[in-house]
Amino acid sequence: MPLDLLASAFGPVQQEYLLEARQMQAMSFVAHIPLVCFGMAFPALVVFAEWRHYRTGDPVYKMLARRWSKVMLALFAVGVVTGTILSFELGLLWPGFMATFGDVFGLGFTLEGFSFFLEAIFIAIYVYGWDRMSPRAHLLTGIPVIVAGITGSFFVIAVNAWMNNPSGFRLEEGRAVDVEPWGALFGNSYLAHEMVHMYVAAYIVAGFLIASVYGWQWLKGHRGRYERKALTLALTAAAVASPVQLIVGDWAARTVADEQPVKLASFEDLKETTKGAPFSVPGGPEIPNLLSLLAFHDPDATVTGLDSVPGDDQPPVGIVRASFLTMVGIGTLLAAFSAWYLFVRIRRRGLPESPWFWRAAIAAGPLSVIALIAGWVTTEVGRQPWVVYEVMRTEDAVTGAGGIPIGYATLAVVYLGLLVAVVWILRRLAARPMEEDTAAVEGSVGG
Amino acid sequence: MAEAPLILILVGLAAYTVLGGADFGAGLWELTGRGPGGQALRDHTHRAMAPVWEANHVWLIFVLVVCWTAYPPAFASITSTLTIPLFLAGIGIVLRGASYALRSGIDTPREEGVLSLVFALSSVLTPFALGATVGGIASARVPVGNARGDAFDSWLNPTSILIGTLAVATAAYLAAVYLAGDATRMGNRDVAEAFRTRALGAGIVAGAIAATGPFVLHSDARPLYDGLTSGTGLAALLVSAAAGIVTLTLVAARRYEPARLSAAAAVAAIVAGWGLAQRPSFLPGLSIDEAAANDATITALLIGFAVGLLILLPSLAYLFRLVLTGRFDPAAPMPPPPPRASSAAAALTSSRLESISAPIAAALLTLGALVTFFSEGWLLAVGVTLMLAGACALFLALVTAEDR
Repeated sequence: MPLDLLASAFGPVQQEYLLEARQMQAMSFVAHIPLVCFGMAFPALVVFAEWRHYRTGDPVYKMLARRWSKVMLALFAVGVVTGTILSFELGLLWPGFMATFGDVFGLGFTLEGFSFFLEAIFIAIYVYGWDRMSPRAHLLTGIPVIVAGITGSFFVIAVNAWMNNPSGFRLEEGRAVDVEPWGALFGNSYLAHEMVHMYVAAYIVAGFLIASVYGWQWLKGHRGRYERKALTLALTAAAVASPVQLIVGDWAARTVADEQPVKLASFEDLKETTKGAPFSVPGGPEIPNLLSLLAFHDPDATVTGLDSVPGDDQPPVGIVRASFLTMVGIGTLLAAFSAWYLFVRIRRRGLPESPWFWRAAIAAGPLSVIALIAGWVTTEVGRQPWVVYEVMRTEDAVTGAGGIPIGYATLAVVYLGLLVAVVWILRRLAARPMEEDTAAVEGSVGG
Repeated sequence: MAEAPLILILVGLAAYTVLGGADFGAGLWELTGRGPGGQALRDHTHRAMAPVWEANHVWLIFVLVVCWTAYPPAFASITSTLTIPLFLAGIGIVLRGASYALRSGIDTPREEGVLSLVFALSSVLTPFALGATVGGIASARVPVGNARGDAFDSWLNPTSILIGTLAVATAAYLAAVYLAGDATRMGNRDVAEAFRTRALGAGIVAGAIAATGPFVLHSDARPLYDGLTSGTGLAALLVSAAAGIVTLTLVAARRYEPARLSAAAAVAAIVAGWGLAQRPSFLPGLSIDEAAANDATITALLIGFAVGLLILLPSLAYLFRLVLTGRFDPAAPMPPPPPRASSAAAALTSSRLESISAPIAAALLTLGALVTFFSEGWLLAVGVTLMLAGACALFLALVTAEDR
């Protein structure tokens, strides 16, 4: 089959349900991303707790690591299947994208496959290996889980960075040629900030969600050493990460201002290119020059407006702006809450007593998930109408197959069931009597 | 060069059929057996499969990513035409993962019954749907292009149904062979005998389905039939049939460990036979060479694979050694007692890590944040590094302070 025929076989198709296809993809990401946070951050917290047991002999730490490792495994299993759905959907929903660019970014997923494989192997060894190997060996088997969680997300984020800032190929008759797979993925100016932003987010989400659960227990009067240690680990991790995220977010915004000016313009709904552009939040006053200052660290800088491209090439501004403000707003609140926690922790070397602190802690978990999803919407919907920024439109990537609404509804029902199942299993694991693990811990400590 | 990734795909497919297939097959057996005996079977199934479930599943991911990286137009043609079976397979995988994740939390027989049902459903759905997908490709029903094939006939046709049902039966068979072997190793004779009976039954069913294969393919997928009845394709087919018979004989003789290997050989041979029979065509009108990505990508893919395998294979061998030597079995011996706080000599890291002061860590974090905020380029990288190092140090300082 000649090349030009091949390219035309994947030319644009009629797809009535493009929006549903995008929503189905979005729903699948929304289900997967919180689990990714646990895959990236939780292993480090679990292994850290085990390391503290190794160093201090404190059985509470071992109990914590043991109980958390079961949660880690259950969440990993769910993450495995939601991640599998995502890789299926790349082909099922976006064959035009895959046919044209699969060979440009595919290497990233191949390497991610290896990370995922290592993670699966060592997470099994770690969780099923409690008291089946020497404590030192067991602790060491946790290290590959941490490393693979980081490298796996790194490779996937490399693909996302490429979609937002594509390079490393040339288009010829609709097919990518002169492909440089390594450069396309790893020589990308978007990779560093996206990776650090996501990695820090993972600690914020995992930390605050864990703190929500134990904070609830705390308010109900469960304030033993076990809860104290759990809260100290989770809250400290999230509280250290939250202020850092403000700085990383600023770095990300500066890069977006340089490379995707239209996306940045949609954050503020800046219609025209403006020198010394102002910034406002809905209902608040307009602060002159603030957008220029935020985006370029220069109050007089010129910010490109939406009108720099035709209307067809602009993202849906309302959604992008609302998600951006949600992310920044919640992020700022979480940083302030973190400052409260860190202040008390450094000054009094303990956990805060105020019930208002604990009410806020319970809210912080769900809020951090909302900020996470809002952040994802900001960058991905902000990329629209492009699937590969300024190279391929999403409508040219979509499948010609029928029945998207049926698939969407089916997956929605299945995922709703999955959500119920996850909540159920987490409650069950939390309700397991401490004695079960205490017996196991004392059995080994007493030896 | 253009064919090298295809070998990886076929190896991955064989590994997934053997390892992932056995996992799905185990789901079918969870439904069989009532009463206390059935309970023992279910407990055994879960114990044997749990530690290797995720690792077994990753083979499928490899097949997908190598296919889309190395043969993008073929991948997109397949996924857009065979959307329905692939989606159903995905749903089955979700159900499998959920039933696995939930297993550790169930308390009552009723909950277990529901879970077994879900697991069993996924065990039929996923192997059948993936087998039907293979049938659609093998019987040349996937034209090149975006959703150009028939959405239903591409997977509801004689060849797809043949391979789909064969996949379900093979999965059940493999699972029974493995579970009998595991039960024997754990000294659980009754369970081993129960699975031996099931293995023999499923093996005969799988063999019978396979035996109808030539007739179905002759009328429905003639090019595939011709490929499998001549030259290297025929050789692969004969090897597969022979390995299948050897496996049945070994199971009958209760020699489960060699039976594992010969069963894997039977699957690998028929997968290889498919590849050989179809060569050089990938899809109708699209040769493997034409579907292949550019050389730079394939080279990168192969380099990535070589490096990946260097890390992966020892890790996988370690996991299977732990599982197959019974280290995760319930009766495995307890290890020596853990160190006391005093055995600091064996510490993994210097105790200096624990004496970081919080103010210094906070200062480092702040300095890093300032540098990050006010700079670009390499200085920004330094700032980010300082900031993250400061954050880690602050975490360490605050958490360990409580332990002193």
